[in-house]
Amino acid sequence: MAHIIGSLMTSHVPAIGGAIARGVQGEPYWKPFFDGFDAVHEWVNHERPDVVVVFYNDHGLNFFLDTLPTFAVGAAPEYRNADEGWGLPVSRPFPGMPELSWHLIESLVADEFDVTMCQEMRVDHGFTIPLSLLWPGKGPWPVKTVPIAINTVQHPLPTAARCLKLGQSVGRAITAYPEDIKVLILGTGGLSHQLDGTRAGFINKEFDRLCMEKLVHEPLALTRFSNRRIIELAGSQGIEILMWIAARSAMTGRVERIHSNYHIPISNTATGVLLLENRVAAQDRVAAAK
Amino acid sequence: MIAVSNQDIRGTTVFDGECAQRGYALNKMCYSFNEAANRQAFVNDEEGYCARFGLTSAQRDAVKRRDVLAMIEAGGNIYYLAKLAGILGLTVQDLGAQQTRMSLEAFKAKLAAAGK
Repeated sequence: MAHIIGSLMTSHVPAIGGAIARGVQGEPYWKPFFDGFDAVHEWVNHERPDVVVVFYNDHGLNFFLDTLPTFAVGAAPEYRNADEGWGLPVSRPFPGMPELSWHLIESLVADEFDVTMCQEMRVDHGFTIPLSLLWPGKGPWPVKTVPIAINTVQHPLPTAARCLKLGQSVGRAITAYPEDIKVLILGTGGLSHQLDGTRAGFINKEFDRLCMEKLVHEPLALTRFSNRRIIELAGSQGIEILMWIAARSAMTGRVERIHSNYHIPISNTATGVLLLENRVAAQDRVAAAK
Repeated sequence: MIAVSNQDIRGTTVFDGECAQRGYALNKMCYSFNEAANRQAFVNDEEGYCARFGLTSAQRDAVKRRDVLAMIEAGGNIYYLAKLAGILGLTVQDLGAQQTRMSLEAFKAKLAAAGK
């Protein structure tokens, strides 16, 4: 059976992609952010996932307001990045895993999550930057991918409670997948930031700290916040915490915090990375190997 | 749960159905800027390009004046407006500084101060 090895939650600020392209990770502005990934690399190179399931939000590359799904699952053999309009280098394509995608879709819809199914899906910086952070360099991606897009553009957005349940449903589906593969869950976006309005530049360290703490053992605590309240506390785009909640909630076992980092600012954003290990899966693997 | 009301978080527009209808033409034009050829077409003939997408006079005026708050007032969504900003060579810090009526340096200092 498939094992969920853990969840990695990280910011996906476009400027990170620019910094990678320019090779300035070691400069004083960027170092406190990129240094936060050393421990992640060590863990991921040891654990070697076969596939990543990525909860992210599209910012107007694949989806427009003409047809905007609340939850969309990619079911393609390959996902392409494209020009988003402001000069980020276009990432090389990502291999998909349609058989896992369709398994997730079947399971989610049976579980009353009526997702949009996408056999073509351009993935934007919300997807590509976290993958580039996890696996730096220009070599072939060492994992297959399944993108799950959550609408954070057009209100009404799904609630935190709904995203938690979506994550749980994805987690159950993965653990029921018959193939013996290791799955890493990604949740991308945030943390607190606001790009628009006279409140632009709003950042809330206290709320971010609370979220990073509660996500480890008490994700349910975050579902008491309405989306309005999250926007008030985390800024308009701080609502991207929804992807972190979904990713955290996909874990089925005992959760252990492996690593976290928090840094203000990158671009207009408070950035965070949180790596959680799903311990039951790890123990199952050890047992299975005996 | 009560729906998010649009006016009740200071300095913040929640992009709801009303905004999405009001801003459709402007956002659709900005979405087209994912394509380099469309960005060039806008640069070559801004009037004509805006007309092609049927921008309202408020939207047209806001674009002409490069006024981000007015674009948002006219229904613009920041994710799509960011693509227009790219054509104009503006970063999200530039947008933030303009909207808060701060200098770029002061806006950046404010962001850095949030981490102290």
